[in-house]
Formats: sequence, C-alpha cells, structure tokens
Amino acid sequence: MSASQAAPAAPFLDLIDIGKTYPGVVALSGVNLSVAPGEVVGLVGENGAGKSTLMKILGGVTAPTTGTIRIDGAERTAMTVADATRGGIAFVHQELNLFDNLDVAANVFIGREPRFGGFLSLVDTSALHEKVTPLLRRLGADFKPATPVADLSLAQRQLVEIAKALSLDARLVIMDEPTSSLTASETKRLLDVIADLKANGVSVIFISHRLQEVERCADRVIVLRDGKVVGRLDRGQIQHDAMIRLMIGRDLKSLYIPPAAPPREDALDLAEVRTTAFPSQSVTLALRAGEILGLAGLVGSGRTELARAVFGIDRRLGGHIRLSGQPLEIAAPRDAIDRGLYLIPEDRKQCGLLLDFSVAENISLANLRAYARAAIVQGDAEARNAEQQKAKLNIKVPSVTTQTSSLSGGNQQKVVLAKWLSMSPKVIIFDEPTRGIDVGAKGEIYELMRGLANTGVAILMISSDMEEVIGVSDRIAVMHEGRISGFLARAEFSEDRVLQLAVGRSPQESAAIKSVMGG
Amino acid sequence: MFKKDLSLLVLILVVGTVVAIINPRFLSPINIANTANLIGLFGMFSIGMGFVIITGGIELSVGSIFALLGVIFIDLLVTYEWPWPLAVIVIVMGGTAMGWLHGFLVTKAKLQPFVVTLCGLLIYRGIARYYTDDGTAGFEFGMNFPSLEWLTTGRALDGRVPHSFILFILLAIVMGIVLHKSVFGRYLFAVGKNEEAARYSGIRTDRIITAAYVISGALCGLSAIYLAMYTRSISPASHGSFYELYAIAAAVLGGCSLRGGEGSVLGVVLGTILLQVLQNLVNLLGIPSSLNFAVIGGVILIGVLVDQQLVRRRQLKLAKK
Repeated sequence: MSASQAAPAAPFLDLIDIGKTYPGVVALSGVNLSVAPGEVVGLVGENGAGKSTLMKILGGVTAPTTGTIRIDGAERTAMTVADATRGGIAFVHQELNLFDNLDVAANVFIGREPRFGGFLSLVDTSALHEKVTPLLRRLGADFKPATPVADLSLAQRQLVEIAKALSLDARLVIMDEPTSSLTASETKRLLDVIADLKANGVSVIFISHRLQEVERCADRVIVLRDGKVVGRLDRGQIQHDAMIRLMIGRDLKSLYIPPAAPPREDALDLAEVRTTAFPSQSVTLALRAGEILGLAGLVGSGRTELARAVFGIDRRLGGHIRLSGQPLEIAAPRDAIDRGLYLIPEDRKQCGLLLDFSVAENISLANLRAYARAAIVQGDAEARNAEQQKAKLNIKVPSVTTQTSSLSGGNQQKVVLAKWLSMSPKVIIFDEPTRGIDVGAKGEIYELMRGLANTGVAILMISSDMEEVIGVSDRIAVMHEGRISGFLARAEFSEDRVLQLAVGRSPQESAAIKSVMGG
Repeated sequence: MFKKDLSLLVLILVVGTVVAIINPRFLSPINIANTANLIGLFGMFSIGMGFVIITGGIELSVGSIFALLGVIFIDLLVTYEWPWPLAVIVIVMGGTAMGWLHGFLVTKAKLQPFVVTLCGLLIYRGIARYYTDDGTAGFEFGMNFPSLEWLTTGRALDGRVPHSFILFILLAIVMGIVLHKSVFGRYLFAVGKNEEAARYSGIRTDRIITAAYVISGALCGLSAIYLAMYTRSISPASHGSFYELYAIAAAVLGGCSLRGGEGSVLGVVLGTILLQVLQNLVNLLGIPSSLNFAVIGGVILIGVLVDQQLVRRRQLKLAKK
C-alpha cells in the first residue's frame, strides 16, 4: 500500500474528456477519470447522474460519443466487451450474474472450463477445482469449489464474483453497490477483500449509495452530477456531508421531520407473533397511530418475514394481531388490505409493481372494484384517480398510461405508495422504502411518510440504512434473530445502541461492528 | 396488441385471396358456411385455452375431455333416454368440474399445469375407451332431437350462417368483455404477468387461476356437445385427438404468450379463423390431406418467426430513440 502512495504510478485506466449523448439527452460530458494501480476510487452520484452510462462505456457495452479511453497506456477507440475483459476490467454487479443451479467452481470458470482433450472434450473437474481453491483461499471464503451457488448467501455470492474477476487476472474491479444487501460483518469482510486487492495492485472502482463505506475504503472520490464530474475529493477531504452536498448540489437538511402531534392510541398490536423464519421466537409490538416506528436489525434478523406474515403473504405460526383494538384474522393479503393494513415490499420490481402495467393500472390494482361498475372497469375513473395521485405525490411521468418499467426507482416507489394512498390506510409497513432510490427522491418519500403519520396513519419502517432509521423514526425497535431485542425512544437514538441491540447486546461483537461502520 | 391483430387479419385476407384465385369454390356459400361451422366448433374451446395460457398455464386434456364427455352425452341420450336439456347441463357441469380439478391441482397441490393436464389427457381418454369398450358411441337410426339439432347443427339465413358460428361470436364478445374490460380480466393479466406482485396487491391469485381452468372446462363441455352433434358418432380412441393443439396454435397465433400475461380474445378468434382457412386451403388446393398438419405447422412457424422479427425491429427502433 505504502509503495503505491509513495510514487504516483502511471494510471492503469485513463478516461479523457469522455462524452456520451443519446438523441436529446446528454448522458455524460467532459468526464476525466484516471485510476492508478492499487487505487480504490469511490464513484458517487444520484441515480441518473451518469454512473451507469460510465460503467457501460468501461465495460465496452456502449461506445462514448467523444473522448479517449486508455487502458495501460494503450488507446482504445472502439472497445468491445471482450476488449474490456481482455484489458483486465471486471465487474461485480449489483444484481449478481451467477448461475445458481451450478456450483462455485463452474461459475468462476464459466465458458473457460479446463477440458480433457478428445472428441467429447469433457470438463476436467479436478483441474477446475485446483484452479478455484487458491482463489477462494485468497478471499478467505468459507465455502468450497463444489458448493452449489444456490446454498450461498448474498455476501458469499459476491465473493464468487470477485473470485471470477481474479481468475480473469482483472486489474480493475468495478463494484456496483456491493454492500447494499450485506450485514455489518459481511461488509467488513468485503472491505478487507478490497484492501487485499489493493495490496496486490488491483484497482477498484467502488460505486455506492452508502457513503460511510465509501468514506472508509476510498482513496479518492469522484462525484458525478448530471453527467459531469462535479467534485474530486482526496483521502483527507472525503467526508459524508461534502459528498452529499456535491451530489445534490445543495445542503441536505436534516432527515428528521418532527411529528405535528404526539402519537395516539395503538393502531397495530402484535402479540406473540411467530413466523416460519424463526419458529421458536415471537414478536410482541405495539404501533401507535401517528408515529413512525423504525424496525432496525441485521439482514436476516426476521424483519421482512414478520412483515410478510402480518400482511398475510406467509402463514403465521402463532400469535394474535389486533388492528385498532379489533382482532384481525388474516388468511391472505386481501384480509389485511380490506382493513387498511398495507405493505410496501422490499423488492419493488418483483413484488411491489407489475412493471408491464401502466402507472394507472398499478395504482388501481389493489382496489379495482372501486373503479368498476357491474364488474367492468371504468377507465376514466381509474385515470382520474391516477392523475390525482400523480399530482399529489409528484410522480414524474409523462402520462399515467406510461408503462411503469420506464420510471426511475424513486418514481416507481411513489407509484407503489399511490396504490395504497388512494385507499384508506390505517397502518402501512414500509420495507426498505428507499433502497436504490436517489437522495432527492428519498427526501420526498420521507416527507410523504411524515405527512401520512400526521394524518393518523401508523407507520412501521423496516430499514437497514442506519442513517434512515435514526433520521426518520420517532421510535426504534431492533430485531435480533427473530425477536425484538429492544426499543429506543428518540432521546436514546445512537448508532451504537442500535447496533448493540441488532447483534443481541454482545459487547465485544458490537465493538467490532462499530469499528466497521466507522462511527 | 391491436397492431398484432391487424397483421393477423391481413394474413388471413392474403391467404384467403390466394386460395380464392386458385379455386373460386373457396367463396361459394356452402364452403363459407362449412368453414364458419368449423371456426365456431374450434373457436369456442380455443377462447378457454387463451384464458388458461394468459395465466401462464396450459390445458392439454381438451381432446380427451371431448371423447369422454362426448360418449357420456350420447349414452345419456341414447341408453338412459334423458331429456336433452338435462344432459346438456350435466355435460357442461362435467367439463366445469374437470376444469376446477385441474385448477385445484395447479394452485393448491402446486403441480405444473403441463403435468396436471397431460395426466388428464391420458386418464380421460383411457376412461372414455373403457366406458365404451373401445366401441363407437352413436345415435341410433331414426333418433331425432329437433330442438337440440337446431341449436347445434342448425343454420340461419337459408343455411348460410351456422348456429355454431353465431354462438361462437356471441361467446367471443362476452369473453372479450370479460377479459379486456372486467375486474376479473385485469386480475387474470396481473396474475399471468407476475403472480407474486398480484398477491402483494391483494389479488387472490389461486382463485383467479382456478377460474381460468373452470372457464376453459365449461367451454370444453359446451364444445363436447357441439362436436358430438356434429360427428353424430364418437370413436373414443380418436375423437377430438390433437384438438388441444389447434386451440394452443390459435391462441399463440393470436398473440397469447406461453409465459403468461399476454393475449386477446380477438387474437384467438383470428387465430382460429386462420387455422380453419388453412385447413380449407389444403382441401381446396388438392394438397394431399396427409400433409394437413405439416402445412399448418409450417405456416405457424413462419408466422411466429416473422412476428419475432417485427418485434425485434420495433424494439431496436425504440432503443435508438
């Protein structure tokens, strides 16, 4: 590490004055970026700032309209995907591209398997494993080449992708949102891997919305906004607020919006609710009308499963649910919806929306009968409501008949929200409400949540984003391995306390995690 | 969707014109009436198939259902001398029950639709053959059911418009409204597109899927009666075999995606018309009838290939924008 810092080496990658225009849109202009061997460059920017276009250019998927790319000093004018790979550029994508029906070794060497000779050219499995084993050892992986990918956690799958990059002799690994679904200890492990890559002279471009992690691991940060580089921060200048300011071009006001009135009576009571994820644990919890209760915890602590069981997606193993004091029998989501208990799921694209349906069709879907006369859907009534919601939630879409798939993440989330707001919500469970949403839209979602709470809606917000949990909630409940390990009132909020509860109060462990998150 | 229907209509007109030029008998009233009758017979159950395919399922047992319900229908009338309205109700109910069973096995037992209905195909055909001792079931000489015959094989307007065709068009209009305008239709598309997301929106997806099989089953029951009255005798080993493939072909030609979530009743109607026109073409152009399936298969293949190219070109255009 010290060697590479002592004398600035010739850059491995040099982007000079890169511009990309699509008809009518300037996606990138005048972007200069160089990455030295063994350097970790953080790339941040709101969604739509041009990060993906830049990545597509680096991967050889699209060609820049103007500018020059130099890899290792050699100029590449028309770079193809194969050129990028051969040039030593590897990707670890946000949506991992692994075959989960195959084992680890097969995935690492997919398409490049060592073969026995001969007519059949069978795969030489033992040679394959011999090649993969040292890669896994180097990454400190706790699984074997023969382990099926289906059995691996998300963090382990990422290691497989990195092993694949290493097997290609990658000299630059581009990681797109690598930590968005990792637990604190898995994140620490990944940051260690990055440090190891760096020590071996491999460069890393680290793209993330999680600015604390960028702060921790990047040597340099490049901030993109509207297709331009708006900031370059060196090691000493990398600071959370500075990055945010550059990303959005203004100071972010504090996330917390205080409630207009103190919380009222209980809206949702869970008594001894047990889910299939942790059959021996139960959750008891009271959610009050008008409050935002943050539900924190590590990924896998059973929060999503709790939400699914309460909403009726999964079977509940036991316990009672009361809504506004009345017992609530839920066999299917319809029962919950009919009583005003709604869920905004974690996986927006797969569960929250029908991407092929129009905005208006998505908004009306949960309450279609309200827009129907004699079981026939009245298109005009449906469109009228969608227009109202579009205006109320500031959904940026040319028309409510537009396919939902063409919207940005933030606007898609608003469509999910509009679906429930056009009914009469009593309780809304938000599961990771702002995952993959840019900073500007996040603020709007938080305002909407507070606005709802002020009208007496009870909100349960599941979130793995520490900033969000502490910044948005009136009260926090923390889950650990299927049970609530503690509640915190606003005055007691701190990252420390949340983390301690999230790991089940073991002091040594929480100290270790604290050091990862960087306080 | 509408564009797709239009291109199918153009294809039908082109094929029709070519056949008419080569053999003018294509346009004779008697040929048109016969073809319309076949369109009606095959169209009724094809609409049901469309519904099932839109949920992402498939119904392979159609032909076997025709054999089983057909022999039972004839037996009820001939051997047990039931009044025909009662027999009709029982047969339609029977088809409905089979559809419900398939839906139940798909949604509650979580079996794959292909497997469930393949077993149906084998089981119903076997039972039909056992039931008749592999003999032919038919009406006895001189047996008449004037009103039933009027309804099923009768023809309006001096024999120019078969009643089966009229019923088919009425059914198509009703089912078109159900699919494209009703709450149930919207749910059907939602479930076919993404069952998970539909569940999260409070749609009782199991009921919707089961309903699609029930609709298909009921239409099969109705078709079984029309087919029995059309052939007037049923040899259970061959009656209705491959008819499910006509229905699947009509649905796919009409724009239903086997992945679910796409399709239209107008498309299925046009698909059925095209298939019957092709069938007619084979007869009128003196092509050996043994080549029947090969011609139909070839045309479907070409149609789907061309369509794929058009879709790809459209996507490229969109991407360039």
